[in-house]
Amino acid sequence: MERFLFLTFDGLSRGAVYAAFALALVLIWRAARIVNFAQGAMAVATAYAGYSVASATGSYWLGFAVAIVAGLLLGAAVERVVMRFVDHSSPLNGVVVALGLVLVIQAVLGMLYGNEYRPAAAPFSRSAFQVGGVALLSRFDLFVFAAVSAVVGLLGLLFTRTAVGLRMRAAAFAPDVSRLLGVPVAGMLTLGWALAAAVGSLAGLLVLPTELGLHPNAMDLVFVSSFTAAVVGGLDSAVGAVVGGLVVGLLLSFVSGYLGATVAPMAVLALLLVVLLGRPGGLFTRGRARAA
Amino acid sequence: MTGRTWLRHLAFLLPAAVAVLALTYLLPPFRTYQLATVGAYLCVTAGLTVLTGLNGQLSLGHGALMATGAYTLALTQNALAGRGQWTLLVSTAAAVVVTTAVGAVIGCAAARLRGPYLAGLTLAVAVVVPSVTSTFESVFNSDQGLSVALDPPPLALGATFPYERWQAWLSWAGALLTLFLLANLVRGRFGRNLRAVRDDEAAARLAGISVARTQVSAFVVSAACAGLGGALFAVLAQSVSPGAFPLTLSLFLLMAVVIGGLGSLTGAVCGAVLLVALPAATHSLTDAVHVSPAVAQRLEGNLPLAVFGVVLIVVMLALPGGLASLGRTLRRERPDP
Repeated sequence: MERFLFLTFDGLSRGAVYAAFALALVLIWRAARIVNFAQGAMAVATAYAGYSVASATGSYWLGFAVAIVAGLLLGAAVERVVMRFVDHSSPLNGVVVALGLVLVIQAVLGMLYGNEYRPAAAPFSRSAFQVGGVALLSRFDLFVFAAVSAVVGLLGLLFTRTAVGLRMRAAAFAPDVSRLLGVPVAGMLTLGWALAAAVGSLAGLLVLPTELGLHPNAMDLVFVSSFTAAVVGGLDSAVGAVVGGLVVGLLLSFVSGYLGATVAPMAVLALLLVVLLGRPGGLFTRGRARAA
Repeated sequence: MTGRTWLRHLAFLLPAAVAVLALTYLLPPFRTYQLATVGAYLCVTAGLTVLTGLNGQLSLGHGALMATGAYTLALTQNALAGRGQWTLLVSTAAAVVVTTAVGAVIGCAAARLRGPYLAGLTLAVAVVVPSVTSTFESVFNSDQGLSVALDPPPLALGATFPYERWQAWLSWAGALLTLFLLANLVRGRFGRNLRAVRDDEAAARLAGISVARTQVSAFVVSAACAGLGGALFAVLAQSVSPGAFPLTLSLFLLMAVVIGGLGSLTGAVCGAVLLVALPAATHSLTDAVHVSPAVAQRLEGNLPLAVFGVVLIVVMLALPGGLASLGRTLRRERPDP
């Protein structure tokens, strides 16, 4: 029972990170109908930038801020320089270009920092509090919950309560009409990418200390887990992404805890397969029209 | 498919075989080994061309399918070790059969998926390889991998026959056979169905083509090729380990197919050559410039990645129609009927 409780909290903490990362994927999917397969590599790149600043100045929080800002800039740059020019007649094109970005980013990181693991610092202690003799949560876990809740809340406010959020939704929903009404559609798209990449960076900063550390490929598995989370929620739904993230986090935690850590990736694959075959649109969407 | 197409492909095949044969006698051993590697890659890129280029299905999991073929070959070969040359044929066949079966399972799921969903699922397949080898450690020996027990070249070829030449013969026998079979396959009814499904699923369905069956068959054919390629890789490296089949390998394969020219088997050949030539070129480049060994090591591992990535992006952006239109642009050169 104690183990079960510990694994549950551990899973929720992991799941919160996956939820944030899945949210980043959903943001871009809703804005541009592209699943950003380069999200993981972009997050690692910004984490490396934060790492460099933190080790040069000795301040974790300065590095943290630099990583988030780097996320904003990198997201905007990727949209402006590359993704804007992708032809969308086939959904494969965006995926292939994003994969090209993955190769480039990982190669540049490998050249600059080398292909070995570097320790990723955590801002708070990762040893868990004891509640009634049971190890439940660490300060770092609380920080993760707080950061992810803040991001989800702020994004919710942005999209439902502000003029910019309304314009972003309009630009994604009906680009031509929005343009006629004076919405800078291209700018909104860039903003969407920037926001998503910043959220991705945050997720990277939160997940890397719990894994092996910084490595150009460090986010490959996290990306797959978060993609699964987004698919469980149905790619189009922000609420779905958060729920999906928690589901995947719990699944990974229980599987790693009871069956062994090496089984976890297979469990994610199995979940992805079951959801895609059972409810391809995710748990939060309705059916769609048939083609023929 | 008429008998003449069949003969025409044979007429391409024979000079190619003679050319490879001549090369294995002319090139130094290391180059011969690289030639053999091109042959192994060619099996996979040819299969992926059929899947992605002709059928429009993206697979990021071909590295994992290669791993399936390689591990099957290693296990079968080690079980049959020391009984003669014929065991290699048996274990290669086993590798193809097992990979085909795995491909059929993935293909059944893939046929129901489109675009990013398919890419995500196959990506998950690609990253699961080390997890499988670690979980079933007693069979696959975790990260260490397995060594492959192989017999020396047949004595009939002479006692001093170079091993690299034998490897090149084996891998190109597989590659040319794959090319020949695929060329015949895609020129016939099957190939027409593949293209019809790629270009317009609804129209293909109305024309009486079973979309799902066509997609699954494409995946199965492509998986069989990947299995053969993986088996040849195991023969070339004489060992298999999860580190030899990283996610990057799957991305490289896709890149080779995209750059080589989607949908044409000639493109698959170009892609396979590129996969071997580009790392070799960056290797000699880092040798040429004088930098510290640590920097050289970083450059050597990563420069090919960067070049591959940049080329992939540039090709995709420079061809405004992207993947699907590339084949169409090529076909437009012929007069419309």
